[in-house]
Amino acid sequence: MNVLQPIGRAFWGFLESTGRLALFAIVSVSHCVRPPIYPRLIGRQLIDIGYYSLPVVGLTTLFSGMVLALQSYAGLDRAVAEGVIPRIVVQSMTRELSPVLSGLMVAGRIGAAMAAEIGTMRVTEQIDALTTLSTNPHKYLIAPRLIAGLTMLPLLVLVGDTIGVFGGYLVSVYKLGFNPAIFLKFTWENVAFLDVWSGVVKAACFGFIVALLGCYNGYHSRGGAQGVGAATTNAVVSASILILVSNYLITEMFFGK
Amino acid sequence: MSARETLPPKIRIRNLHKRFGGNVVLDGLDLDVGVGESVLVIGGSGSGKSVLLKCILGLLEPEDGVIEVDGEPVIGLPAAEREIINRKFGMLFQGGALFDSLRVWENVAFGLIQGENMDRMQAKEIAIAKLAAVGMSANVGELWPAELSGGMKKRVGLARAIATEPEVIFFDEPTTGLDPIMADVINDLIVKCVRELGATALSITHDMASARKIADRIAMLYKGEIIWNGPTSEIDRSGNDFVDQFIHGRAEGPIRMEVRAR
Ligand SMILES: Nc1ncnc2c1ncn2[C@@H]1O[C@H](COP(=O)(O)OP(=O)(O)OP(=O)(O)O)[C@@H](O)[C@H]1O
Ligand SMILES: [Mg+2]
Repeated sequence: MNVLQPIGRAFWGFLESTGRLALFAIVSVSHCVRPPIYPRLIGRQLIDIGYYSLPVVGLTTLFSGMVLALQSYAGLDRAVAEGVIPRIVVQSMTRELSPVLSGLMVAGRIGAAMAAEIGTMRVTEQIDALTTLSTNPHKYLIAPRLIAGLTMLPLLVLVGDTIGVFGGYLVSVYKLGFNPAIFLKFTWENVAFLDVWSGVVKAACFGFIVALLGCYNGYHSRGGAQGVGAATTNAVVSASILILVSNYLITEMFFGK
Repeated sequence: MSARETLPPKIRIRNLHKRFGGNVVLDGLDLDVGVGESVLVIGGSGSGKSVLLKCILGLLEPEDGVIEVDGEPVIGLPAAEREIINRKFGMLFQGGALFDSLRVWENVAFGLIQGENMDRMQAKEIAIAKLAAVGMSANVGELWPAELSGGMKKRVGLARAIATEPEVIFFDEPTTGLDPIMADVINDLIVKCVRELGATALSITHDMASARKIADRIAMLYKGEIIWNGPTSEIDRSGNDFVDQFIHGRAEGPIRMEVRAR
């Protein structure tokens, strides 16, 4: 009884917050597709999420591709390495590393910023002011961010795929002394549509998760600066966990036959 | 009975209850605001004046009671209908609540651009005119809210509240934090808006000079209820000890300020 009670309460709390998040998501998504749409605000978010995340995503995937080539080489015979490493690099990047790492980096960069901005607007009554000015905060603040997250992360991941492979190329050619033409040939032969597509689907899902949790935590923050701080932390942590969980589920869906 | 009193009130509140956990803030509050009337609510800090306004605006959901605007019940309206009702309202927030990602003029023009789909340039002209009305020059319009002083924020908030020429304007402590001269300017402006627009006003203040100037009627909020309510001219003859203590600002009297050590 005494043991079950806190477990029950925690479970109940979990269900409740999941329900609230789901409701929040439904309301916000419904505003993404209903007019009026705010192109200016969407544009600003697209640039913020897409363009300004390029350096972070680029560096992350570049070094991942490089380290992938180096590590694989350490465990392989020189004779087969030249044929295998391009495949390892391109498959790992497109299927897993580029989407997951980009998702996590964007969660840190964008999810946190969204939670902080919307959270500050909440505690300084700016969200209340929006409502009194007959502007729906879901439509004005949240829908543009969801749209931008959903569309920009796939593009970022495609860029990340390319840069990751380039990182592998750099190490293979300049450090391990592979033939560049052979590397490129094997790389090209191993680009599979399904791999790239699964990465893009993951990216769209992660982008949505990051934006949703950033907005949700900011929107429901309370208290002053401390509340906004807590919202920011929650946004990043919960988005990161959800990214890893949904990454498994999507992988299962695509490759887990 | 004058003709005005036979009209249905602009805002009618009955038996309003609002609590936060165990903290009962509004406890059976009744209040009527007539069409074109300027009603002012006084009451101690933390007595729930801002909460009352937020309940009317639909920002907080009361547990019980009725709020009617033009005879229509408004509690628990879905967001889309709430948006339509809120077009009748303008609100000056206690803390200003300016959008800090927008320039001052965009703040003032917000209700025109987003709410009424007005062309940006046209809205900007109106915004600059409204800023002038609260004593601010056009180049202030190009600043960001973070660059303003507290009193300037309040005036910009006021300009934003009146920009759409709403039917009902809520002023949450419009003169707090202003110098006495600017406070008087704001008081005059409130009176002018209410007269010229024929707007109904519901204000909150601690400032009795301001109260006497802007209000037709004063209501005192204490322990979650309106304990006295009457024409401004009668406030000195209210015969109510609570009101007397409040308007004379005496620490001694029936109202015990809850000064709690945490
Ligand atoms: N969002 C909220 N959550 C929890 N409690 C709240 C909230 N808003 C207000 N309260 C509580 O309600 C009470 C009334 O607050 P309110 O802001 O209405 O006071 P007020 O009369 O406007 O005071 P002041 O004159 O200082 O502005 C306070 O005890 C406050 O703690
Ligand atoms: Mg207040």
